[in-house]
Amino acid sequence: MAIEIEKPSVGLSKVAVSETHGEDSPYFAGWKAYDENPYNESSNPSGVIQMGLAENQVSFDLLEKYLEEHSEASSWGKGAPGFRENALFQDYHGLKSFRQAMANFMEQIRGGRARFDPDRIVLTAGATAANELLTFILADPGDALLVPTPYYPGFDRDLRWRTGVKIVPIHCDSSNNFQVTPEAMEAAYRCAESMNLKVRGILITNPSNPLGATIQRTVLEQILDFATNKNIHLVSDEIYSGSTFSSSEFISIAEVLETRGYKDSERVHIVYSLSKDLGLPGFRVGTIYSYNDKVVTTARRMSSFTLISSQTQHLLACMLSNKEFSENYIKTNRERLTRRYDMIINGLKTAGIECLKGNAGLFCWMNLSPLLEEPTRESELALWKVILNEVRLNISPGSSCHCSEPGWFRVCFANMSEQTLEVALKRIHKLMEQRRRRN
Amino acid sequence: MAAMSKIATGNGHGENSPYFDGWKAYETDPFHPIDRPDGVIQMGLAENQLCFDFIKKWLIKHPEASVSTAQGVNKFKEMALFQDYHGMPEFRRAVAKFMGKVRGDRVKFDPDRIVMSGGATGAHETLAFCLADPGEAFLVPTPYYPGFDRDLKWRTGVELVPVHCESSNNFKITRDALEAAYVKAQEANLRVKGLLITNPSNPLGTILDRDTLKNVVGFINEKNIHLIGDEIYAATVFMEPEFVSISEIIEEDDVECNRDLIHIVYSLSKDMGFPGFRVGIVYSYNDAVVSCARKMSSFGLVSSQTQHLIASMLSDDDFVDDFIAESKNLLFKRHKYFTRSLSQVGIGSLKSNAGLFIWMDLRRLLREKTFEAEMELWRVIINEVKLNVSPGSSFHCHEPGWFRVCFANMDDNTMAVALSRIRTFVLKNNEAMVPPRKLCRLSSLKLSLSRRMDDLMSPSILSPHSPLPQSPLVRARN
Repeated sequence: MAIEIEKPSVGLSKVAVSETHGEDSPYFAGWKAYDENPYNESSNPSGVIQMGLAENQVSFDLLEKYLEEHSEASSWGKGAPGFRENALFQDYHGLKSFRQAMANFMEQIRGGRARFDPDRIVLTAGATAANELLTFILADPGDALLVPTPYYPGFDRDLRWRTGVKIVPIHCDSSNNFQVTPEAMEAAYRCAESMNLKVRGILITNPSNPLGATIQRTVLEQILDFATNKNIHLVSDEIYSGSTFSSSEFISIAEVLETRGYKDSERVHIVYSLSKDLGLPGFRVGTIYSYNDKVVTTARRMSSFTLISSQTQHLLACMLSNKEFSENYIKTNRERLTRRYDMIINGLKTAGIECLKGNAGLFCWMNLSPLLEEPTRESELALWKVILNEVRLNISPGSSCHCSEPGWFRVCFANMSEQTLEVALKRIHKLMEQRRRRN
Repeated sequence: MAAMSKIATGNGHGENSPYFDGWKAYETDPFHPIDRPDGVIQMGLAENQLCFDFIKKWLIKHPEASVSTAQGVNKFKEMALFQDYHGMPEFRRAVAKFMGKVRGDRVKFDPDRIVMSGGATGAHETLAFCLADPGEAFLVPTPYYPGFDRDLKWRTGVELVPVHCESSNNFKITRDALEAAYVKAQEANLRVKGLLITNPSNPLGTILDRDTLKNVVGFINEKNIHLIGDEIYAATVFMEPEFVSISEIIEEDDVECNRDLIHIVYSLSKDMGFPGFRVGIVYSYNDAVVSCARKMSSFGLVSSQTQHLIASMLSDDDFVDDFIAESKNLLFKRHKYFTRSLSQVGIGSLKSNAGLFIWMDLRRLLREKTFEAEMELWRVIINEVKLNVSPGSSFHCHEPGWFRVCFANMDDNTMAVALSRIRTFVLKNNEAMVPPRKLCRLSSLKLSLSRRMDDLMSPSILSPHSPLPQSPLVRARN
């Protein structure tokens, strides 16, 4: 047997020992509770229902049907690039046919109101990698990015962990439906300055996670103007763009640029992914679309650390270049998400719970502030624990999304069957009944 | 206009190295046996293209391995949703088993220590992020893979300090060289956090012997620094001596080692020839590193579609055993053919038994013993001989005149064309140096060479992808 030495271990890096990976947040604690006691209709009907995972499971049948009818997407035989070519393909430019298909898909989602050049598409293994990569390119360690709250908890890790970049929040509140305002942006900028942080960019998520709402055109214009005035970058994370309930309500930053004749567009970069719109988080398909040539070149080089499997590029290139399929998918997916959204909103309303008016995404932004003992974060977390452990629903507390107002919760509705959603709504009803009786 | 970061505007991407210039020459004028017979032959890309037919046979027999076929689509949804950074258990088990088999089952790998990354490229960067702070350093024996300059340094801010190895002892890593490098780092005020070895070596094509490995383990334990063993060419060892992995050394009775210092980088890009699938692995004996690397793997997970395919393929024991044997056999044959043909025109290379390339010795062709002369020779090889080979300087080799030449990324025909070009070039060079009356002997030497080459071209290694087999000499006559 080998001799093992117990020595004080040589240290790991500061990055390794820091907690910026963010996994100690309640966002993840809820997942653990679910993993330990997951709901199953037949085998574990009293288990925890996962409503903290923004997955889109409503349209898989469309994907499966496509695959069953199109064997060329899976075969590596005649016509299609052979297995060998595919297995060898590691060019960080990415498969041309795939980039073309992604560009087309992004255009279709925006109803043709913006054009996308396949040569500006840089591929990354998921939006997680795309956001980190852009941060490496746009900011130095110690610099700051402004991010409107509430925001996706993963940003704390993706934008900050290995990059050393800081996030300075732009505070939004319910008084105006959590919309970003010029005042809030200015305040955040001044706050960064007062901390001696150099602001390099502003990152928005549109449609918003966790709000489940699109950003209005006027607000987009204000954000772009702000970025221009401060001479900083603007990153628009549009990974939910295909999950809007109506095509016309989503306005991409790309459209705003289009109407401005692409003047001064070099500061704008869009992040996209197929994890939400197509429900394929496992395939790790992310993209960066930049209007800045240098950023495109550099991002492409950096994508070496996080390329998309050529096997996956090939499959999706076939799928997404089938116009009939993609148009039908986008339309049907929208309809089903809308139906799901209506179902949960009505169900919550009947229980006496209000939500932010939403028009996109895989979740709704639920207002439980009336149920709080006190309008504090602690109270919110106490309520969250009750919902997790007694009602057995894993929902995400607003504080994990850095919401400045306590009492809001993100509730996912597209990652389960309708039957499971019914069960979840019944449990919420019960909770509200109990509360009413108590009062 | 809003500026980019220092990382973005600097040269850390490493693409200004001649390693990549040759690729550009190839891309503008790539060889094709019919369309571009005078194009540049790519010998700068370490790919393993010899086993695809073998793999294809398996794929045709196993459509269920692909989630997009009729037979596999029932798993599609499950795979599509699977984004757990632990990775699929079947995938991890299959990879762990494969890694064991590649090492002759002399050591077992624990599936729970298998962490995914975006290729070996991602694995190296991840380990650098985990083990070192910006400004700290890793020692790396030269010559080394040019990509390390980007992978380990670019976004991490970590420095690399070379451990110089010399041809006088076949580029072995000596204890003295390690110590010298360590001292040099200290003098430069760099805190050394680890040593990175590539075994089998790129670009040398050699493996580290037991004594060297024990020396290395002793050194890192003494200095209390990490050891990263890049073993991505482990299955390409086609000839004796047998490969010894760092995983085996630490199990030996007479070896004292703190296992928390040991980390292995693996990938399927070279051993299986799947660079496009981005299957990188970080395997660490240090629990904290496994945990950290796993969290970081979120930035470079392996596509679940690919995990599923690989899991199916590598859990087929018969396939794996046959594949490993067949791959070795084809590499052995190709290597033998290539090196024999070269030595017949007086071109030597470092004696090697692994890898997808040889470390060619062109020192005698240098105008003078300088790197400028090496670059001159390299430009001649690219522009006149029309072969993209990689100059030793791009691998930080301490001595000029060495070139890495890949041999496993082409079919037999292309290999024959490449050899004939080399032969022509060498003979031209010799003629230029040799007095005229010797010319007759040289031309008869030419003929006998061609006969020998036909002997070596055995039909069994002709790839079905290549066009009708044709001796390049026949083509030249026409």
